[in-house]
Amino acid sequence: MRVAVVGVQGDVEEHVLATKKAMRNLGIEGEVVATRRKGVVSKSDAVIIPGGESTTISKLIFADSISNEIVELVESGKPVMGTCAGLIVLSKFGDEQVEKTKTKLLGLLDVKVKRNAFGRQRESFQTTLEMKKVGKIDAVFIRAPIVEEVGKEVEILAEFEGRIVAVQQGKILGLAFHPELSTTKVHEFFLNLAEP
Amino acid sequence: MKVEIEKLRFGTELVKRGFAKMQKGGVIMDVTNAEQAVIAEESGAVAVMALHKVPADIRASGGVARMADPKKIEEIMDAVTIPVMAKCRIGHIAEAKALEALGVDMIDESEVLTPADTFFHIYKKDFVVPFVCGARNLGEAVRRIWEGAAMIRTKGEAGTGNVVEAVKHMRLINHAIYLVQNVSEEKLYSVAEKFASRYSELSKLVREEMGLSIEKEIIYERFAFEEIVEGIYEILLEIRELGRLPVVNFAAGGIATPADAALMMRLGADGVFVGSGIFKSSNPQKFARAIVEAVQHYDEPEIIAEVSKELGEPMKGLEVTKLGESELLQTRGA
Repeated sequence: MRVAVVGVQGDVEEHVLATKKAMRNLGIEGEVVATRRKGVVSKSDAVIIPGGESTTISKLIFADSISNEIVELVESGKPVMGTCAGLIVLSKFGDEQVEKTKTKLLGLLDVKVKRNAFGRQRESFQTTLEMKKVGKIDAVFIRAPIVEEVGKEVEILAEFEGRIVAVQQGKILGLAFHPELSTTKVHEFFLNLAEP
Repeated sequence: MKVEIEKLRFGTELVKRGFAKMQKGGVIMDVTNAEQAVIAEESGAVAVMALHKVPADIRASGGVARMADPKKIEEIMDAVTIPVMAKCRIGHIAEAKALEALGVDMIDESEVLTPADTFFHIYKKDFVVPFVCGARNLGEAVRRIWEGAAMIRTKGEAGTGNVVEAVKHMRLINHAIYLVQNVSEEKLYSVAEKFASRYSELSKLVREEMGLSIEKEIIYERFAFEEIVEGIYEILLEIRELGRLPVVNFAAGGIATPADAALMMRLGADGVFVGSGIFKSSNPQKFARAIVEAVQHYDEPEIIAEVSKELGEPMKGLEVTKLGESELLQTRGA
């Protein structure tokens, strides 16, 4: 199995390490590649969009048309996971911050997101979260977004204080927090989506 | 209520270092007003550093350089959606607390401003907001990490438009990490003692002046020398295992062109701070975009060549060897 981490900006390395560990835990043979270039995503079995700055990540993946490769991969039934900025980029609808910064979204996940929903870095936090299909995990929220509205096809996997922070739509996984910083459980769940 | 507090933990190491990790592969730009901040955001900056003056102007105007006007910082915070950082003077706990109260996303305890304390840096673990600090060598980097810095950057020589010092500092740190990976644990412990000795300068001075000494002396914040050595030794062990600093390491101080930025990335920087370089150039917008592209594609020479075309006049730049010792910013805070 080959997993691509879109490596244009953000905590790419952390996703690569978490995915490798998850592969070992599951006994899956495969490789994890961070990529900033065209042509790698389309040859992969799963793709991860990391945390970072959504304005920056969006600009860079659209400029280099890695965006098309992600869309095509997902349309061919392969799984994709976006964490924090990655969730925003995957979404169909953004908030006024997304509009103001003219951030382009991939529109794959039928949700409306709100950026920086908990506030600035001072309000960033770590907590224990109960995530459906995954279990109890340590979750790190950094200037995190939330999901405000979900479409019919979208299943809510976790809420925090009444706000949606993890969703699944088929093989598309969107998380407001950063599992790559604290656990491999979410990556194990994600890899299982990639198994035929 | 108690349950709520246990459930939510603010300002943990993971939250602070995590914030810095989200900046990786990005460019952080110095800005002095809301308009520049918007240009930076539109060009793909991952964050902006809100300043009263860019380092080149601080250098030119002389006098004491302090924390920027909070009103100015607020205007910048309101203008952009990306994180906003601001600088406080080395050791100036009150400026740092004010910036934290203001809600900036990261504080740069910076040698670019005039130091407020010649003995000590801020004990950053006491803050919720993460800090970035400059370093010229591994000793400085490790001391700042022990104090709680979530991000390190090379000091370089800010406001010169000359990359030579940033290169020097990155190379010194890289080589030191290589040595750390190749010595015994015993030797590493003596390195920790050497690195920690900087904290005993004040106590040494006072002890000599008074001709006395006490047992279990607290020399910095709430720590005795031995405790600091232990802490620093732990960090060195972590560096040995990781083969890199345990926090994000950016390049800063004199980066003036896209090729400069790419060079620093090639030397192992996780990202780049550009200070005077952008808004001192003749076409800031184009320049900012070019630097973002260069960091992104640092190992693709064709792209560096492409984005470097017709950028207009970069900032003039200074020959660092012609600067007097008193004009150097990098020697502030060790």
